[in-house]
Amino acid sequence: MKLLYFAWVRERIGKSEEVVSPPADVTTVSDLISWLSGRGEEYAYAFENPKVIRAAIDRKHVQAASPIAGASEIAFFPPMTGG
Amino acid sequence: MAATIRLQREDFDAAAEAARLTRGRTDIGAVVTFTGICRDHEGGHGVSALTLEHYPGMAEEEIARHVAEAEQRWPLLGVTVIHRFGRMQPGDNIVLVVTASAHRQAAFEAASFLMDYLKTRAPFWKLEERPSGTDWVAAKEADDDAAARWVKERS
Repeated sequence: MKLLYFAWVRERIGKSEEVVSPPADVTTVSDLISWLSGRGEEYAYAFENPKVIRAAIDRKHVQAASPIAGASEIAFFPPMTGG
Repeated sequence: MAATIRLQREDFDAAAEAARLTRGRTDIGAVVTFTGICRDHEGGHGVSALTLEHYPGMAEEEIARHVAEAEQRWPLLGVTVIHRFGRMQPGDNIVLVVTASAHRQAAFEAASFLMDYLKTRAPFWKLEERPSGTDWVAAKEADDDAAARWVKERS
C-alpha cells in the first residue's frame, strides 16, 4: 500500500510518500502507526503522540480503529488548519 | 445545481465569482460572499507569510462532500468554493465561499457551515513565517467547536 505524509508528519519522517508492505497482524490504522513507529527514530518522532495524528484511507477521513484491509492509499497528517 | 470547487495557486476575484453565480438569473434573492485573507499577526506574534499545503485529490473530494451536504440542508441556488495553496503574504486572499439562495438565511448559514468544515475537515495545513522562524499552525479548539455546532443542530 502507498503511504502519504503531510505537513509536520512529512517533515519529521523526511519523505512525502512511500510504498510499504506491513505484516498480516497489522489490521487497523492504529496498528499501522505502531508498526511504522518501530521502523526508525524519524517515524517514532512523527508518531510520538498518536492522539494528534489524523488519517485518511483512499482520501476519506478514518478513525484509529478503522481497518486498513483493501486500502490502496493511506495518509497521515496533523489536525487540519485550512480556511 | 452545479457547484464550482477549485483549488488553485493563483488569486481569485470574489466579486467576479459572485457575479458568475447570479448572471442571467432572477430567482436568486441572496448571495453571501466570504473571503478569508492572510493577516499579519496571530496570537501575539507577527506573521510575514503563510504557505498552504494540501492533499491533492482528497481536498477536492472532501470539499465536494461538504458542498453536497450543504445542498441537502439548505435550498441553495449556487455554490462556489475556491481554496488557494502555496505561499501567501498578509493581505492576500486564501479562501472564497459564495452561496446563493432565494432568501438570506439559507445563504448565510450555508456559507458559515462550509467555512467551519473547511477549517476542520478539509486537508490543508498552514506553515507560518514568524520573526522567530517558521512553524506549523496548531489547530484551534474554537474551530472544532464551531464545526461541532452544525452536528448538534441536526438533531
